[in-house]
Amino acid sequence: MFETQKIETNNSSDPFWTVVPAIELRDVCLSFDDKLILDNISVSVRRGECKIILGRSGGGKSTIVRLILGLLKPDSGRILVDGEDITDYSEVEMMPVRQKIGMVFQEGALFDSVSVYENVAYRLREQGHEEAEIEREVTRMLEFVDLADAINKMPIELSGGMRRRVGIARALIGDPSILLFDEPTAGLDPPTARTICELVIKLRDLQDVSSIFVTHEMNNVENLSSEYATVNEKGEVVFEKEGDKLCLINTEILMMRNGKIIFNGTDEQLKSSDEVYVKRFIRGER
Amino acid sequence: MNPLTRFLSELQEVSLLIWRAFISIFSYPRYYAETIKQMDLIGVGSLPIVLLTGFFTGGVLVLQVFPTLQYYSIQNEAGNSVATSLIRELGPVLSALMVSGRIGAAISAELGSMVVSQQIDAMRALGTDPIRRLVLPRIFSLVVMLPLLTVACDILGLIGGGVVASSIYNQDYHVFATSVRVGISTSDLVSGLIKPLFFGLIIGAVACHKGLSTTGGTAGVGRSTTDAVVIASIWVIIFDFFLSKALQYLLDLGQL
Ligand SMILES: Nc1ncnc2c1ncn2[C@@H]1O[C@H](COP(=O)(O)OP(=O)(O)OP(=O)(O)O)[C@@H](O)[C@H]1O
Ligand SMILES: [Mg+2]
Repeated sequence: MFETQKIETNNSSDPFWTVVPAIELRDVCLSFDDKLILDNISVSVRRGECKIILGRSGGGKSTIVRLILGLLKPDSGRILVDGEDITDYSEVEMMPVRQKIGMVFQEGALFDSVSVYENVAYRLREQGHEEAEIEREVTRMLEFVDLADAINKMPIELSGGMRRRVGIARALIGDPSILLFDEPTAGLDPPTARTICELVIKLRDLQDVSSIFVTHEMNNVENLSSEYATVNEKGEVVFEKEGDKLCLINTEILMMRNGKIIFNGTDEQLKSSDEVYVKRFIRGER
Repeated sequence: MNPLTRFLSELQEVSLLIWRAFISIFSYPRYYAETIKQMDLIGVGSLPIVLLTGFFTGGVLVLQVFPTLQYYSIQNEAGNSVATSLIRELGPVLSALMVSGRIGAAISAELGSMVVSQQIDAMRALGTDPIRRLVLPRIFSLVVMLPLLTVACDILGLIGGGVVASSIYNQDYHVFATSVRVGISTSDLVSGLIKPLFFGLIIGAVACHKGLSTTGGTAGVGRSTTDAVVIASIWVIIFDFFLSKALQYLLDLGQL
């Protein structure tokens, strides 16, 4: 599956394709009821890059993600996906853009009137794939998030973490080239959280997927920015720690405070940042 | 916002919703399974209450009207008077009110809770238009099923009237039936079937609009459900008046 995927998404022969960011926000402002939530935000996510967004609860992280999907419209500024300006797109025009984006909602947002299987199958079914193919993909995705035996359950019968994992499977199906994770690890046990991080690393390094990863947890940041995935001689995917000799990791961190970006850079820069707020945030102080 | 502007903007939003649902009929994808399911829920599901309503309304009409008719010794016209009022007015309006209470509430509660649990957003994020997938099947089913329910209501009403006439006032069944048959005109039937088409549209559009514009969590769902039923019912009653007038005019024209 990796090989075929590679061919589809790796348009690196086209120079235009590699230069155009997968996601770009230009001077985006947004307020809810006179309260400024996003104040001149500019973010750019390169192809194959994972952008981690950190920030206090209520800081506007989910709002950014919703803007990219066109679920909300900004008051001013521009939003581009794959170089395409989607700011003024209508709901109908947004549909093809959304087809290439996978989104993991913070609250799960599973369709609670249908089974886990139907939830995960949703996108493929909408695209009119054949049932055999849908079934194969759904099974593969659910195995991947370790929920193969919950396939016929209803969302209401699942625990919070299981629901989150179904949400992840639903977002990943159909191999979207852009993934948006809104706190995918919140409330999960450390091993599962780690699996999710490894998944993001794998998508980033082996499939050139661009992603935004909203989180509160420094553990995730550590994982995502210090490991990379490669395929060894036997064709297995292995994770390696970032060494002294190698520092190619395609992950950047962005920190928000009061609707502004106060930090944007790599994890080394984050750790050595002089900004007081950044230091306190890393140590978990107020 | 003052009430008038609020009313106008709601009216605009509902019209826009109807328009967007309407134009999505003409393109793919179409959700046949969802439509069938809604027809079953709306049509078959509402049948019992509509049948009961019809039966007892027809019965009570005869119960009240018969003594008066008897006073003027025209009790043989009982069937006629029941048929006319039932088919022209009470059948369509009462079925619409029952369906608005049952289905309008269900639709706006369902869509409302999908909004507050972000399922609508998830649906949009997965590339589906909620209007096409959720709104259109519901409005369509209401527009198709409400006339059928109305017919069922009318028939049970006439039966109810007949039962009361024969069992309480000892009128012969044949007398009642003949009077019904003489009393019903084509224009009664036409106007009695056109009305529920519009009522279905009103109930569906109002309930979907209220559901989809839910804000404020679970309490918001309760609010939009109440609003949907109240507003749809009021609109059915107001619209009924103007529709009756318009149909009178049009059907009179047709007879010339
Ligand atoms: N629909 C809305 N109406 C009004 N205010 C809103 C709405 N959605 C979000 N907000 C406000 O916008 C701000 C940012 O919300 P957002 O959900 O983006 O925060 P967040 O950074 O994702 O927080 P968390 O980490 O808790 O998920 C909050 O102060 C919230 O009150
Ligand atoms: Mg959030």
